[in-house]
Amino acid sequence: MQTEPQDHLFTKQNTCAVNLKVNGEDKKLFILPWVSLLDGLRDHLHLTGTKKGCDHGQCGACTVICDGKRILSCLTLAVMKNGSEITTVEGVAQGDNLHPIQQAFIDHDAFQCGYCTPGQICSAIGLIKEGKANSREEVKELMSGNLCRCGANVGIIDAIMQVKDGGSGE
Amino acid sequence: MDLNKTVGQPISRLEGKLKVTGVAKYAAEYEVDDLLHGYVVSSPITKGKILNIDISKALRIPGVKDVLSHENRTKLAWFDLQYTDMDAPPGTVFKPLYDENILYNGQPIALVVAEDFETARYASTQIIFEFQQETFETNLRNNLDKARPAKKGFATALKPPPPPPTGDFENAFENAACKVEAEFQHGTEHHNPIELFATTTVYEGKGKLTIYDKTQGTINNQLYVANIFGLHYKDVRVLAPFVGGAFGSGLRPQYQLFLCVMAALHLKRNVRVVLDRKQMFSFSHRPPAIQKMRFGSDINGKITALGHSAFAETSNFEDYTEPTANWSHKLYPSPNTLFEHNLVPLDVYTPMDMRAPGGSTALHAIECTMDELAHQLKIDPLELRLINYSEMDPSSKKPYTSKALRACYLEAAEKFGWSNRNPEPRAMKRGNKLVGFGMATGIWDAFQFPARVEAMITKDGRMVLNNATTDIGTGTLTVMTQIAADELGLSLEEVDFQYGDSKKPFSMFQGGSAITSSTGVAIVVAAKALRKKLLRKAAEMDASPFKKAKEDEVIFSAGKMHLKDQPEVFISLKEIIASNKGKAIKTTNLGKPHMLKLRKYSLATHSASFVEVEVDQDLGTVTVTRAVTAVAAGKIINPKTAKSQISGSMVWGISKALHEETIMDDHLGKYINANLGEYHIPVHADINQLDVIFADEKDDLINEIGTKGVGEIGLVGMPAAISNAIFNATGKRIYKLPIHFDELI
Repeated sequence: MQTEPQDHLFTKQNTCAVNLKVNGEDKKLFILPWVSLLDGLRDHLHLTGTKKGCDHGQCGACTVICDGKRILSCLTLAVMKNGSEITTVEGVAQGDNLHPIQQAFIDHDAFQCGYCTPGQICSAIGLIKEGKANSREEVKELMSGNLCRCGANVGIIDAIMQVKDGGSGE
Repeated sequence: MDLNKTVGQPISRLEGKLKVTGVAKYAAEYEVDDLLHGYVVSSPITKGKILNIDISKALRIPGVKDVLSHENRTKLAWFDLQYTDMDAPPGTVFKPLYDENILYNGQPIALVVAEDFETARYASTQIIFEFQQETFETNLRNNLDKARPAKKGFATALKPPPPPPTGDFENAFENAACKVEAEFQHGTEHHNPIELFATTTVYEGKGKLTIYDKTQGTINNQLYVANIFGLHYKDVRVLAPFVGGAFGSGLRPQYQLFLCVMAALHLKRNVRVVLDRKQMFSFSHRPPAIQKMRFGSDINGKITALGHSAFAETSNFEDYTEPTANWSHKLYPSPNTLFEHNLVPLDVYTPMDMRAPGGSTALHAIECTMDELAHQLKIDPLELRLINYSEMDPSSKKPYTSKALRACYLEAAEKFGWSNRNPEPRAMKRGNKLVGFGMATGIWDAFQFPARVEAMITKDGRMVLNNATTDIGTGTLTVMTQIAADELGLSLEEVDFQYGDSKKPFSMFQGGSAITSSTGVAIVVAAKALRKKLLRKAAEMDASPFKKAKEDEVIFSAGKMHLKDQPEVFISLKEIIASNKGKAIKTTNLGKPHMLKLRKYSLATHSASFVEVEVDQDLGTVTVTRAVTAVAAGKIINPKTAKSQISGSMVWGISKALHEETIMDDHLGKYINANLGEYHIPVHADINQLDVIFADEKDDLINEIGTKGVGEIGLVGMPAAISNAIFNATGKRIYKLPIHFDELI
């Protein structure tokens, strides 16, 4: 049985104000409470560097860094992160200077189509910060939430290992 | 003098910075004013009719603009032919929202258009459908009695039916000293690029549309839209500068394009339609297949009989064929052959090319059968390939334009350490793991399509090139820039290759590993014409030292044209353009395959894959610990991006052998693992050492640049090499892919 549509849910009265600091800038979003952080970033702030691949937390393309930790923005409601500091792939470089992970991705040809790349990069930065992965095997394991359909896996892990071993992952 | 060549250099991807900074925009990411969002409603039934649609509830939701279905859709083209596309197989093209008939599960049956995505998605749950269900058939094996050869059509040109039988196969096989008979089974696979299929349509007014689409063929989709919606093709512009993977799924226009354009024209608004991951399983796929193999040889391993009969799924409306039975005889001579490829029409969407279509399915069966033959003959598997090695193509009796497969075998075997293999199954161990070595051969087409390129030198001495091709992640931008830079003696920074736009000169869709040879040759042809024009212009200048110079008497280097014999005499390209009153000198030329010459030859790329697996003795889990693939694909323009193409394909091979499969519930006629959690592809932890070797293969015959394509050849040998390694490790030959641990316990 279909239920009667809850028309009132979709009215402007239900929009919430959400304050986020995104890539160092204060942003205010007026959104319905069920808008994901991913859609908030992409559709409302036009930060489309963060990608939607599954919307189910299965592919990792939407990974962003929230208060220093990597999270899946598709499994996060934007309202849950009111007051948080978010870094997306657009905020990883310092102006024209690429983050070492970004440069290592280019050097190791760690992507082909580039669609999973922002998630891989944010995840790699988060991983290095977590400091749990010491060996190549551990890096592979802890990066396994980020799928790459082009099969650039070897280049991705090579790039992360280079930065990790070079100690410039911060 | 020093001609600073970039071809052959491992240049990093030129668009790399745009991709690692999130600046690169994909189809769903263009910011346009007053955008409406469409959400597709998919059929929950597999076959039947829509009796009634009640959209009244959905329309009451604030923000919903309209719900489009077959009952209220806009007027469309009448003739089936107007729905066709460059990659359409013979049959009747599927027409979204055309009528009440449901042909397959997940078929789009309505589009909700709303002010925002959330509203559209919610409203899609508030439409009430009434269906009349009919019985359906989705199981390949249960319907083998319906098998028949494919109908012929336009697409048959690229996918010829198997060659007719030769000799007396049945007799030869019956009397062969050693024979292997085996049946292989492959499941359905979906392309699953990580980017969701998406279209953003900008309604420009006056019948004009600008469309950002996920596609492998901008012109293919431009013509499709123009034909169906009755627009002039010049008023439809399809842009796809970045494509987040496609692997064949973008070779045909997918239904989100159709629905998005229909909504934009109907509402006279800008509209975006993005599929969700589940809907990514509702169109094309690699078809499931059953292959019956019968190979026979004499006592020394020389093949005397090759038999390959394939049965593959197609839809009830189109005859999709992937070439399977054609391959074995291109590799191995045999006086007696019998090849068949039959289709079984089922109530599914039409299958479609998926990376190395046919080849990856067929070579698994062929090369596992070869492995079993070697095992029975007690001949080393590599030795068996060398015993049956052919310099020419045995199936056509024509020589190959080039074939460095022998070098692939030997170089890869050496790097891998094949000589350390113990042929006895279960003989090699590492702790609790059984270790196995396996190898297999790969072969793939070396296609070239006609392509047109506009090339010009601008007043600042830069070279600008235009072609409609896409770059789906293959490295097209980078290799085309390299080819062009070398042709005019410019640096990479001075070349601007513009692409991904249907307004630009013709390119076929990007598939079949063909674009480097297609657009690349067109660049060479255009560059030649451009050099001629530049020389002519320079010769017209006052007191020009180039007055009598012929085309082969000048060289282009570092932005200048020099006399070959007196390199100190030169003129810069900027000066030549200045003498043309600052107007760019341009040319548009067609590059095309030399059909007449090439008719006498067979064209193919080759590869050899060597794989080591570890199989856990208790759990049956398989790890591909290392793999080497050597590839012979003519000239390698960019070893860095080409290596990524091959190692990426090797990951696909691992995936096909061990991970991916779409599972059909035949009671529901529906795929039950339509998500990336249950549709397994390798994760980082599944991938270990992958080595790529490019064998030296000079090919002056194939085309002007000597390239043969690297997009698919790295995949074809891997599934069989893995299966054969599992046999070597465990003594178990598993005939069904993907191979799961439960079969090895």
